Amino acid sequence: MTQTIDHPVDIAGRSVDQVPEVFPEHTHEPPAPRDVLLICYSGELEKTWATMILASTSAAMGVKTRVFVTFWGLQLFVKDSKRITGQNWMQKMMSFMQRPGISHRKLSKMNFLGMGPWMMFKLAKQHNVASPKELLEAAQLMGVEFIPCQMTMDMFGLTRDDLIDGMGEPVGAATVIGLMSEGSAPLFI
Amino acid sequence: MALEIAKTVDAKGLSCPMPIVKTAQAIKDVPSGALLEVLSTDAGSTRDFAAWAKSTGNELVEQTVDGGVYRFVLRKK
Repeated sequence: MTQTIDHPVDIAGRSVDQVPEVFPEHTHEPPAPRDVLLICYSGELEKTWATMILASTSAAMGVKTRVFVTFWGLQLFVKDSKRITGQNWMQKMMSFMQRPGISHRKLSKMNFLGMGPWMMFKLAKQHNVASPKELLEAAQLMGVEFIPCQMTMDMFGLTRDDLIDGMGEPVGAATVIGLMSEGSAPLFI
Repeated sequence: MALEIAKTVDAKGLSCPMPIVKTAQAIKDVPSGALLEVLSTDAGSTRDFAAWAKSTGNELVEQTVDGGVYRFVLRKK
């Protein structure tokens, strides 16, 4: 039976009248959306997931979305096919110790030599949750700008060729602060 | 009154944020003023689509639920 609902209900049919007002009641025109600036700092699987979910949703909602990719976060924008990156032995050692690429992320808790992520992907598949890689592709299609940090690239010895296609021009912290001061809503992940 | 649906997005079984992401992608293929239908089983959808419509300026014309399947009809601005 199809029922028309004036008020939204959850899957059990309970009223969810208390829908939080995203925008003020008095205006029917959506306000000019603020830009969103995510700072992708951590390289762990769960935080990668959070970054990709928020980036793709933000772009889907018509909000101009940028992701500044820095420090460990840059590891997940290295091509999955790259194994060892860097120019000197220390940089190479770093990449040897932690495999780069979005498909090779570890959990910050309960990693258990890869058992944790394996189970996480299994659960995600059971519940039809899109993988970070799928969300990244969707985000790129919808025009999310992923901007690498030049300093991190230099420090880890990463080249533009090491990174996935479609990344923006590398920039520094001043660009990030500049965007924030111009009104981009920032979020550090 | 039967509504003239221009395109349907079947997001049944998909988890957040894919129903919204697929909707955002599909609405590009619909002319202004036409209707897009979205089917979803994600319980968070009722709030999410209201927020999405407000943010993007598209109109949420109709919202129904039938056996755990949520149906949203959106008019492209």
